[in-house]
Amino acid sequence: MTAPRDKLGRPVVVVTGMGIMTSLGAGKSDNWAKLVAGESGIRTITRFPIDGLKTTMAGTVDFVSVDPFSSTALSERMAELVTQEALEQAGIGAKADFPGPLFLAVAPVEVEWPQRRELGRAVGQQDITYDDLLRISGGGKFSTYHHRFMFGSVAAYLAETFGTKGSPISLSTACASGATSIQLGVEAIRRGETDAALCVATDGTVNPEALVRFSLLSALSTQNDPPQAASRPFSKNRDGFVMAEGAGALVLESYEAATARGAKILGVIAGCGELTDSFHRTRSSPDGKPIIGCMNKTLADAGMTPDQIDHINAHGTATPENDKMEFNTTSAVFGELAQKIPVTSNKSMVGHTISAAGAVEAIFSLLTLEHQRIPPTINYDNPDPTILFDVVGNKARDARVTAVMSNSFGFGGQNASLILTREPA
Amino acid sequence: MTDTPALKPGQTEVWITGIGLATSLGEGLDANWAALSEKRINVDEKGFAPYIVHPLMPVSFDSQIPKKGDQRQMEAWQRIGTYAAGLALDSAGIKGNKDILSKIDMVVAAGGGERDINVDSGILTAEAKGANAPGFLNERLMSDLRPTLFLAQLSNLLAGNIAIVHGLGGTSRTFMGEEVAGADAARIALARIASGESDIALVGGSHNGERKDLLVLYEFGDFNLKGKFAPVWARKDHPGFALGSAGAFLVLESKAHAEARGAKPFAKLSSVVADLAKRKQPGDMAATLEKLWAKLPKREGKGAIITGATGAEPATSDERDFLKNHTDFPVRSTGTVFGHAMETQFPLGIALAALSISRGALFPPNDSTGTEIEMQGAPTQIVVVGAGHWRGEGMALVEAV
Repeated sequence: MTAPRDKLGRPVVVVTGMGIMTSLGAGKSDNWAKLVAGESGIRTITRFPIDGLKTTMAGTVDFVSVDPFSSTALSERMAELVTQEALEQAGIGAKADFPGPLFLAVAPVEVEWPQRRELGRAVGQQDITYDDLLRISGGGKFSTYHHRFMFGSVAAYLAETFGTKGSPISLSTACASGATSIQLGVEAIRRGETDAALCVATDGTVNPEALVRFSLLSALSTQNDPPQAASRPFSKNRDGFVMAEGAGALVLESYEAATARGAKILGVIAGCGELTDSFHRTRSSPDGKPIIGCMNKTLADAGMTPDQIDHINAHGTATPENDKMEFNTTSAVFGELAQKIPVTSNKSMVGHTISAAGAVEAIFSLLTLEHQRIPPTINYDNPDPTILFDVVGNKARDARVTAVMSNSFGFGGQNASLILTREPA
Repeated sequence: MTDTPALKPGQTEVWITGIGLATSLGEGLDANWAALSEKRINVDEKGFAPYIVHPLMPVSFDSQIPKKGDQRQMEAWQRIGTYAAGLALDSAGIKGNKDILSKIDMVVAAGGGERDINVDSGILTAEAKGANAPGFLNERLMSDLRPTLFLAQLSNLLAGNIAIVHGLGGTSRTFMGEEVAGADAARIALARIASGESDIALVGGSHNGERKDLLVLYEFGDFNLKGKFAPVWARKDHPGFALGSAGAFLVLESKAHAEARGAKPFAKLSSVVADLAKRKQPGDMAATLEKLWAKLPKREGKGAIITGATGAEPATSDERDFLKNHTDFPVRSTGTVFGHAMETQFPLGIALAALSISRGALFPPNDSTGTEIEMQGAPTQIVVVGAGHWRGEGMALVEAV
């Protein structure tokens, strides 16, 4: 049998394993059940004191414990758990012997406050400068902090645990990171460098400083009460995104390799696209051209036309700017279809999982294809009259879905889109 | 698996057509080459004593980052990188060329930005003096952090700033993970151009070594060079690296794309390979370097090695064992001359390899141990080695066109 190629003559890339974790729970079954039931994972933060904060809720993953706690350790543990789930489903390779590279989307790593305070205590005086911290940092007492807070530490741990091949790549394209990890895997398979790739995205960074940083940029919702109603994509009274934690893992394979080993094919990554916006550090170009270009590149990469897309899994952060921009740019690409294609934002329920979002939402898109059911956008009680999407509001909708576009847009002008389909075109 | 060991049928040759350097030796190719030729090293043994750093030679940021507003939005590491990226675009002759810049693919190797150390120490001091209300940290962070500081710290905002300042509108990916991130950035950019996915890419990184928060991070592992400066190969008894400030960017381009616009190559980037040695036993890393060495295309020309060896142990001793198997290749250490610029060290190594090939000479040794020897004649093949101080190994082959 000849290798199935796409319209551009490249190997078709399929998904044979998926693992997911969000504030809704662990695993595909639990997440999907709660997602289509319209449940929210957003709750008042209990991990640390919320006094003095403008935003006091988030989609934290509190059911996974790590000791000692750090956001990086939580990110690592979540990534490990979702990878286990994905590998179990894919049944590929042997234990600790994954036959391909790792592409990991992970939040930038840094020394965190619990550790910094530990250093402060070790100084043992009341006036503390960085020179004092430097004086007590060496000698091996804190050597685990070095290993923990290397940017490559999470990827190195996963690569060793799962036996991925070659140099694991840790990447950040801000809120598009998850989509970029998938894109890197797709490209490696299309180039014929590997038959399989492990694409993982994880984010466990709900900590005081991260929350404050987004808060100072006025990016977060402050509708704290009730927390479940804070994330309001496409609503008139939306006021920002809700920070959240989560992770997603996908096993990608060439169609040829997957079928040769009799693997069940869960879906196809039909197209990927990305385009940089050089307008501003946090805002999109007012003409939307980079996002329009990103969507068009993705359609071209998939060899598809807008009328072949029958569902859009929106970036839908619920910031005032994003959702409006997403409708305007989608309209520019899809014309009147932009008002007919059902659109949903998973972020209404799981919040914005930042570095993980692109992968989390790609997995939700693949589950949508599998179940032929579109999860709702909850808190959609007061539609923004200028956003004329056919939003799947509040209740899940059964629909014939053959191809989904999933969008991710991030700080630093990062735009990435994916097209996912049920079967090879 | 995702290595690019050699040109396969249907793959295109990839040229290095632009180099941008801003380092502790100076800015631009001539200044860096002159300093290398004169064996000059710029170290500061006092400013961060007992720690040693290689400070950036002051540059006029205005010439590459004309808007003061843009400069204010960045921390030093981003300014250095945005500046060096502009030099690379100038060097390739594509600065301001909207057609090319609108499609150029960027792969950046980055760490994170500097913390506001006054905010950190202020909070720690107040807590040591008894501030223990539950919301104390929140309130101080809300009131003390500059709102835009986050953007100066985010890893992918180096690429973001380069795109904004120089008007790049293609694609943008940021790789993290210390030293090997620089090798992976070059590896992926090369693979994409060689396979026809991309025509032209800007690849590189930047690092500000004059940072106490970074010194703390590496001091956890006792990795900082202390006391007195010594060349990398002469640090066995007091190992460590001296952080370096540097920005190094390359323009990589398919031969056809370069020829079509009449661009001349410094050299060609023939291969980039990388791996993650387990480093559980002595010799593990050297074995991985041998494996990578074997994956590179055949070396038949006049060869040399430019390594980013850090001076940290046991990595440097392991690497020295590897180098002992290849004594027919004269070695140069960028760590001795430029300090250790982490994610930037590997792109810096590629840049110096391409520069040496284009200038028809390897720069002179700068070493008291005999590890680096003189080289007569023009190198035609230079292997760039980058073994991380902790994890990750990369290697590249740069060749004369």
